[in-house]
Amino acid sequence: MPASSVTVDETPRIRSFLALGDDALILGHRTSEWTGHAPTLEEELALANIALDLIGQARALYQATGYPEDDLAYLRDPHQFRNALINELPNGDFAFTVARLLLVATASDLFWRGAVRDPDPDMAAIAAKAEKETAYHVRHAAEWLIRLGDGTLESHRRAQEAVDALWPYTGELTKVVDRQAWMRAIAPVLSRATLSQPLDRWMQSGGRTGRHTEHLGHLLAEMQVLPRRYPGAVW
Amino acid sequence: MTEGRTPLWEVFVRARNGLAHKHVGSVHAADATMALQAARDVYTRRGEGLSLWVIPSNAIVASDPADREMLFEPTGSKVYRHPTFYEVPDEVGHM
Repeated sequence: MPASSVTVDETPRIRSFLALGDDALILGHRTSEWTGHAPTLEEELALANIALDLIGQARALYQATGYPEDDLAYLRDPHQFRNALINELPNGDFAFTVARLLLVATASDLFWRGAVRDPDPDMAAIAAKAEKETAYHVRHAAEWLIRLGDGTLESHRRAQEAVDALWPYTGELTKVVDRQAWMRAIAPVLSRATLSQPLDRWMQSGGRTGRHTEHLGHLLAEMQVLPRRYPGAVW
Repeated sequence: MTEGRTPLWEVFVRARNGLAHKHVGSVHAADATMALQAARDVYTRRGEGLSLWVIPSNAIVASDPADREMLFEPTGSKVYRHPTFYEVPDEVGHM
């Protein structure tokens, strides 16, 4: 019998852990999709490392809710996920992947650095570990975006298209961190990459309340098919 | 990916304070910064190191394998160069 979905009693505390955990799980899953397809062996390992960091963060955040982590990852439907929409967008090309990682990780880095002093001991402990991991994600993504933007005509074009396409999805990232601080961190990278910074116009939203793009359902179908079809399956 | 655009770098890892950096392998990368990142991502995934060096592979000057006999064979007969002829007093402990 296929496993049925779980319901979660979303207290404000659980909701904040779920939002962060879902951000990490969904971007971690997207990043893991590069495994076997990355442009070089070196980058394959770099992306796999980042995906594993993110999935590790998701596990810790889920565990802090008191619900079984596997139930939260595998037995919720799309409308129960609280991740920002930017994380569920398909990987696109390498420039899109790198640009998204920079935009998301820069916000995460700001958040974790503050959360190290969170009064909730679970949050503070997770932040202490995640902050170091995320700082490297920012650095890795920034160095790549600089080289793509300031590279060939084609890599510049693709990097600019990626930043332009992603920008309307960044509004959700700066609900819990200061957008001005986030922009101050992004601007020098874009400048070194010779990319222009898009203007803040209308922003996409809805991920935090479970109104997702069509892409999340497809991602979850692939991620959840095995545990849902064979509940309790082990290696 | 061509060798010219992404040159080869040799990677050295220092496992602990007080040890020397040891050669562990190589990575391809466009420049020094990216080579360090690639070295970190490929060779320090399991807590192998505290410090990394990367060096352009073409900066290494290597001995000629054809010179091997001339360079290295003469030492084979100089056993007195090994410090095994000396009695180490017990009080010295580990050297």
